Amino acid sequence: MRKRLANAALLAVLVAGAAAMVFPFVWALVTSISPGAGLSATPSLVPENPSASAYQALFDRLPFGRVVLNSLLLALATAAAQLATASLAAYVFSRMPFKGRGVIFSVYLATMMIPMQVLVVPLFVEMKSLGLIDTYLGVFLPGIASAFGVFLLRQAMNSIPFDLDQAATIDGAGHFRIFVQIILPLIRPALATLAVFTFLNSWNSFLWPLIILRTPALKTLPVALAALQGQYTTQWDIVMAGSVVSILPMLALYVFAQKYIVQGVAGTGFK
Amino acid sequence: MTSILARKDRSAERKATEALPRNPTRRTRRLRYAATVALFLLPSAIPLMAFTVGPMIAALWISLTRWNLIGSMKWVGLENYQQLLADPATRNAFLHTLYYIVGYLPLAYAAGLAAALALNTKVPGRSLLRGIYFLPVVTSWIVVALVWRWLLNPDTGLINWLLHLIGIQGPGWWTDPVWSLPSIILASVWKDLGFIMVILLAGLQAIPEELYEAARVDGAGPWRRLFSITLPMLSPSSFFVLVLSLINGFQVFDQVYAMTGGGPNNSSQVVVQQIYDLTFRFGQAGMASALSWMLFAVILVITLIQVRLQKRWVNYA
Repeated sequence: MRKRLANAALLAVLVAGAAAMVFPFVWALVTSISPGAGLSATPSLVPENPSASAYQALFDRLPFGRVVLNSLLLALATAAAQLATASLAAYVFSRMPFKGRGVIFSVYLATMMIPMQVLVVPLFVEMKSLGLIDTYLGVFLPGIASAFGVFLLRQAMNSIPFDLDQAATIDGAGHFRIFVQIILPLIRPALATLAVFTFLNSWNSFLWPLIILRTPALKTLPVALAALQGQYTTQWDIVMAGSVVSILPMLALYVFAQKYIVQGVAGTGFK
Repeated sequence: MTSILARKDRSAERKATEALPRNPTRRTRRLRYAATVALFLLPSAIPLMAFTVGPMIAALWISLTRWNLIGSMKWVGLENYQQLLADPATRNAFLHTLYYIVGYLPLAYAAGLAAALALNTKVPGRSLLRGIYFLPVVTSWIVVALVWRWLLNPDTGLINWLLHLIGIQGPGWWTDPVWSLPSIILASVWKDLGFIMVILLAGLQAIPEELYEAARVDGAGPWRRLFSITLPMLSPSSFFVLVLSLINGFQVFDQVYAMTGGGPNNSSQVVVQQIYDLTFRFGQAGMASALSWMLFAVILVITLIQVRLQKRWVNYA
């Protein structure tokens, strides 16, 4: 009896906590369909005259479709590039020993410690001298390789028995074939994890696109949203509609990849 | 003993010298191996050099100059560092960052731990609940900041409205210099607790059930089990959370930029916001780079100290 009471209390606390976690999202959604929201003094969870006019305004007044597309393409390209560069490097660090490999791997790991903010000034200068300010390439290039991805995939590859590729070597398979036909299919969960993380980071990244992009039509979602907030401080419905649009793809991705995200965080070997 | 070693060395040496010049197929194989290694490594090595290691070194060079990003650079030696050390704004930026970390870390860890412990039990609907707690983690800071600015609006925000219902006059939150950093901390804890929860959940699931059974047989109550088994066994995960949170804490920027922009009255000006302002508002790239390197040095030292100290409290099975 006491145990059941304790369980019920635990569940009640958890649900209350969950309510606090989702409430801001629900509120954002409700506000986005309430024209003229934010003017009343008491917040309401029931929209008075629900309408999609804020979404309409978002796409009419801003190149919002374009902005969503920008973010989507950049995030997809970054994820694809990182999967390619990281898996190739991880293969070497897991399967191709040579003198000095350990040192090179340490240098890779050390780059994880360098905060983006330290790089802001020189990277900006570099992009400027390459003529890449206000271009997608300028946003995209610094993100095409990450030591985190290499580390994550190497851990996954190390957990695959070496007998497998030794057998393939005896059968005459070269490294490229072992990499493509044996290793890659076996580390699919880790690849999915890296893809999701990279997509997420790129989709939500703010500081770097903020610095590089100037033209409104080129901006990514977070940058456009931050600008929107400055422009329409009183029109909360429009601002919230923009927020909802930015959350939805992440929500879909999260539902689809929940299993991998939890596994990925758990399986990085940091435990 | 020495003769055996010597013989072994010589035979290995002979093998190596034989292999290299006299066996062309072996040599081509070796070259091909090296080429494959290069082919596999360069796609990541070149970008990392060009966009991380290179700029890192360039930042050190820029930090020794006076430069407004447009004109020519003027070598000033360590002057930027001296000026920064003498400037009370630098001290304030570091103090605000420290304030943020000291406020954020215990709250976020406690909240994440509570959620992980609760959702590690066989509570109904737990995977849905886990998903809900993780939701803010996948959301952009810009959106989270928007919503929280609104929740914490002193006049029309929900939180002050709720406080008003129970007869409390709510503070000015992000509009008030005293409350601006606590507002940012509150939103950050809310956003990050799901991430900490997931890491700790992974650690909790690795604790063998037998330990708890043995403790139960010995008559240990739930609190005793928490402090004598769960927390010590969880220490590697806690260490990971601590290291990561500290690194991220020193680099706190997005939420500050979006919630307060460092204000009001510089009350929430943190180090990275200062770097941003120095570069893009005041055009002092040299000064900004010097501050970046100071921040990097602080992060590096603190991370190394933690790695040293971990032996004292982290149990690796």
